[in-house]
Amino acid sequence: MAIGEVPVVPPPSAMRHARLLSTWGEPPGFFGWFKKVHHTSIGTRFIVTAFIFFVLGGILAVLMRLQLARPENRFLGPDKYNQFFTVHGSTMIFLFAVPLMFQGFGTYLVPLIVGARNIAFPRLAAFSYYIYLFGCLFFWVGLLLNIGADRGWFAYVTLSGPDYSPGKRVDFWAQMITFTETSALATAVCLAATILRHRAPGMSLNRMPMILWEKLVLSFMVIFAMPAVMLSSSMLLLDRTVGTQFFNPAEGGDVLLYQHLFWFFGHPDVYIIFLPGTAIVTTLVTCFARRHIFGYAALVISTISVGFIGFGVWVHHMFATGLPQLGESFFTAATLMIVVPTAVQFFCWIATLWNGRVQFKFPMWWVAGFFFVFMIGGLSGLMLASVPVDTQVHDTFFVVAHFHYVLIGGAVFPMFGALYFWIPKMTGRMMNDHLGKWNFWLFFIGFNLTFFTMHFLGLRGMTRRVYTYLPEMNWGALNLLASAGGLLMAAGVLVFIVNFFWSRNNGRTAGADPWRAGSLEWAVPSPPPHYNFAELPTVNGREALWDAAPRQPVVIGVREDMRETLVTDTLDADPDHKMDSPEPSVWPFWTAVAVSVLFIGSVFSAKSVEYTSIPVAITIIAWYWPRWGESQRRKATEIWSE
Amino acid sequence: MRIARAAAYATLLIAAGCQSNHSMLRSSASRQAANIEWLYWFIFWISLVVFVLVISFFARGSARSQVDDEEMAPVLPQDEERDRGAKAGVAVAIGITVVTLFVVLALSVVTGKTTAGLTSQNPITIQVIGHQWWWEFRYPNPQADLTVSTANEVHLPVGKPIVVLTTSRDVIHSFWLPNVDGKRDLLPGYQSAFTFQVDKPGIYHGQCAEFCGEQHAHMGFEMVAEPMDEFQQWLQQQRKSATDPQDITTVRGREVFLTHACVLCHTVRGTDAGSKVGPDLTHLASRRMLAAATLSNAPGSLAGWITDPQRLKPGARMPANPLQPDDLQALVTYLRSLQ
Amino acid sequence: MERVSERPVLDVSDLPTVVFGPRNVVWLGTILFMLIEGTMIAMLWASYFYYRTRSSDWPPGVFPPVLKWGIANSIVFLVSLAPAAWIRRRARTGDVVGCRVGLMALAAFGLVNTALRGFEFANLNCRWSANAYASTIWVLMGIHSAHLLTDVIETIVLAALAFTDRVEGTRLADFDENSMYWYFVVGVALVTNFIVYGASRLF
Repeated sequence: MAIGEVPVVPPPSAMRHARLLSTWGEPPGFFGWFKKVHHTSIGTRFIVTAFIFFVLGGILAVLMRLQLARPENRFLGPDKYNQFFTVHGSTMIFLFAVPLMFQGFGTYLVPLIVGARNIAFPRLAAFSYYIYLFGCLFFWVGLLLNIGADRGWFAYVTLSGPDYSPGKRVDFWAQMITFTETSALATAVCLAATILRHRAPGMSLNRMPMILWEKLVLSFMVIFAMPAVMLSSSMLLLDRTVGTQFFNPAEGGDVLLYQHLFWFFGHPDVYIIFLPGTAIVTTLVTCFARRHIFGYAALVISTISVGFIGFGVWVHHMFATGLPQLGESFFTAATLMIVVPTAVQFFCWIATLWNGRVQFKFPMWWVAGFFFVFMIGGLSGLMLASVPVDTQVHDTFFVVAHFHYVLIGGAVFPMFGALYFWIPKMTGRMMNDHLGKWNFWLFFIGFNLTFFTMHFLGLRGMTRRVYTYLPEMNWGALNLLASAGGLLMAAGVLVFIVNFFWSRNNGRTAGADPWRAGSLEWAVPSPPPHYNFAELPTVNGREALWDAAPRQPVVIGVREDMRETLVTDTLDADPDHKMDSPEPSVWPFWTAVAVSVLFIGSVFSAKSVEYTSIPVAITIIAWYWPRWGESQRRKATEIWSE
Repeated sequence: MRIARAAAYATLLIAAGCQSNHSMLRSSASRQAANIEWLYWFIFWISLVVFVLVISFFARGSARSQVDDEEMAPVLPQDEERDRGAKAGVAVAIGITVVTLFVVLALSVVTGKTTAGLTSQNPITIQVIGHQWWWEFRYPNPQADLTVSTANEVHLPVGKPIVVLTTSRDVIHSFWLPNVDGKRDLLPGYQSAFTFQVDKPGIYHGQCAEFCGEQHAHMGFEMVAEPMDEFQQWLQQQRKSATDPQDITTVRGREVFLTHACVLCHTVRGTDAGSKVGPDLTHLASRRMLAAATLSNAPGSLAGWITDPQRLKPGARMPANPLQPDDLQALVTYLRSLQ
Repeated sequence: MERVSERPVLDVSDLPTVVFGPRNVVWLGTILFMLIEGTMIAMLWASYFYYRTRSSDWPPGVFPPVLKWGIANSIVFLVSLAPAAWIRRRARTGDVVGCRVGLMALAAFGLVNTALRGFEFANLNCRWSANAYASTIWVLMGIHSAHLLTDVIETIVLAALAFTDRVEGTRLADFDENSMYWYFVVGVALVTNFIVYGASRLF
């Protein structure tokens, strides 16, 4: 094989394929859908569902822009508008960004990239999808019944408390948090365990592809951040339903405690949304510069640093509350400090391209878009980091511009790049580049038209979360421009959807490795069979396929007549022991149903928890209870360690 | 009296020039706003340079090594030598980044200190209390009967430090005068103080900057900055109780006021109406605007506002007041007599 | 005839399938869940002290909770560590009968803890709706009670399982991890009790 050529993994024999499939296959049919536990099934569900909610959230945004296109417009009244901006923001953050970037891509790609046959704790992964789905539906039912949450995606007290938001509205929001955070935490446990213990032999920590580092850091960020918002939203719910006084100033409650708890979660959350974008960019730059990434160690340290420092900046959301100046200066320093690891990542990417052999295939367009858009957002972030400037632009359209630049630039642009890159793996067909370019330009131009304009609106005094504005303010022209941009963005997304459906039937066949990329997901057919790898791989370098030895060993000795996986050591990925992988089961589904009944019921009647917890206990016990056949098989084949 | 006030307002408006009275840019109203704007532009220019540099390097880096094959090209072998130049470049870039960030940090802290350093010289103290969806402005005085309470229009002397004590009666609001200084949240359960000074006379527009419910969009206010003697004059006038009605229509108007729902929420000092739920109306006619800087204070708008506040501010706490035309006319006349 | 792989092989046939402690992946999952729940509870502990800084009177307007129930339950929690440790030792030697005894004992202790917790709630000397302090200690005790109840039920389920013939090596590892989770429940109980009963008197 010539130098630089990527090896093609030979397909298994028909007999082998059939045997592996009979062990690892997913149950077919309607009822089978509720029992599936393979990570590709679950990952696909997350990506599809989250994308649907991306579109729904986007539709709300277009409607909001139609209302703001003219001063004192009467298209949407304050009630509708408040529901729309709340559901838009909450949907994008809780129902789209984290579920797609972290849970969707993570669940689908991580087990393939580590070289395993399935994710760790597959039934927990299945459960995490169902509970997420039920959370989405519960939240949107509120909006569709015109009693949707209407206090913003962070629902500050006392406005969101029982005195100033009677009725169910905010309850939909607060409980949606419980649903989605439970889901994300479950995914975090699955992914952390998979990355730490299921890597292919030879994939020591310093040979892990960047996506694994990022998902590992992300899992720990989720584990430490999400409890804060679980707590703040639960405290809010308790205030609203059973009369606790956590946030009632008249009885010792404190409105700033809510903000501290919320933003202690909220700030890491935006890095939870941004970091996957950086790992996608690293992956795409590596593949399309045809070389190993420059500065691997620096990139790993940067990812970990962002993970840590991200927990130390939350007060920069509270600069207008009048906290002591010394404290505020500390948080300015931390906020500026976090720029350093991000800058390091940018420099390493540029260095990789500089000394590479760049093929600007279509996924790279989105990397270019990311560079342009995210950087503008990051630079406006510099302004916001400074307390005096922030006190002027906080809560104006300047901030709205900033966070859309960093979130759309930092997550949505890489997301589209990732979709064009990995959809061929998921479906077996390449996407259409021509349609893709229309997708890109409509979205890119529309985005900048809408959100660059908003910087000016903020500087000229337009506050955020306003359903209308007076004509005397002279904000009309800029608002009209911003609204026009929104329509272009919507058109761009529509083109993507058309491209997706067209490509499923008419796209070029992808084969296993259309991009000649280096990581292990490209060593299996497209789409992957449910056993992933016919032969479990071992790894010889950071890019498994590029660095493979001419006769790279494969693993044998893992049973193929029952679902068994290899567990390796955390640091060096040396084989340690073998572990059962759970079979398909309907109990994650029923448990999610029972838990949803408990969550939803508790919002209407706190006492109901006494009854609704019983089905939850039953379903969890049924989930756990070992099947007789499986336990006998394990008894017969088990090997005790010394 | 009304004419004199109108003339004063006109002068101030002309003095302010044609520039926007609600923008944080190109403001010469106060040193704080000017300092903040300076810092903004400093960071802006740095940002522009950084942006251009990074995008250029990205474009150059992609272009210089570009191949255009349809097939994916072979992978480049790892090469320490080739990357050595890049290592130096990245190190330099990181160094520049760190230095730039330190500069921004230092300037930010310094700017913050200048805005905070105003306290000493004999400030005027006012209280700002947020309500859904109007502003209560109080001028406290050790003597209770000299304390002034007004709504939605605050007057301040030029060239004197103003200490603002903030709180809220219900939810979080935020007091913001873009021409003058950064914003400060009004937090229920907290009393927070900050200081600013206005150096240029004029009428400045303020806006609530923290989402506070249905009519957050229509919770504005006006700040009138005037020379000290005019300010004192205004304050004296505000301290007086309401003028007694002089003619029949005005007397009838007061009757209407006192026998309808108005008294449930509004105070007019000098009458029995003393409720603090809504804005103090004792000197309503001295204000330029109505309904938290949403409407101009003209007879037509006042009548419309009284009759159906929900049409203009749906969700506002003030209910509709369907009145007989004669009663309405009298009431409006009475209210417009409350200079 | 199937073609055996022509590549060199790494043969893992002899690797064990039953491991205990940090080698076990379910152990890792349990630790991660403990991190999640621990973080949430730690934030509530922090909130308690945050409210303390905002009030000069403490506890504000009410008496501290009755001390004897907190002390009693803390003692029972401490003693319950013994059967938990016993289970861990028995499980690692494959002694199913020993595990049965241990699990039943642990479940019994857990039920006593639960009963005492009921008395604790009845003697907190405030309603949860009185003020922020009261809400905090009720929710602190409430969340921990949920953990307590969950682990007691889990222990009972495992005890029942220990009497069936579906117990093999990996299930014994589950008994071991349940004990580890019990340590966590006890640890959180002790700190929470110190805050609820102690901090209200000392700080």
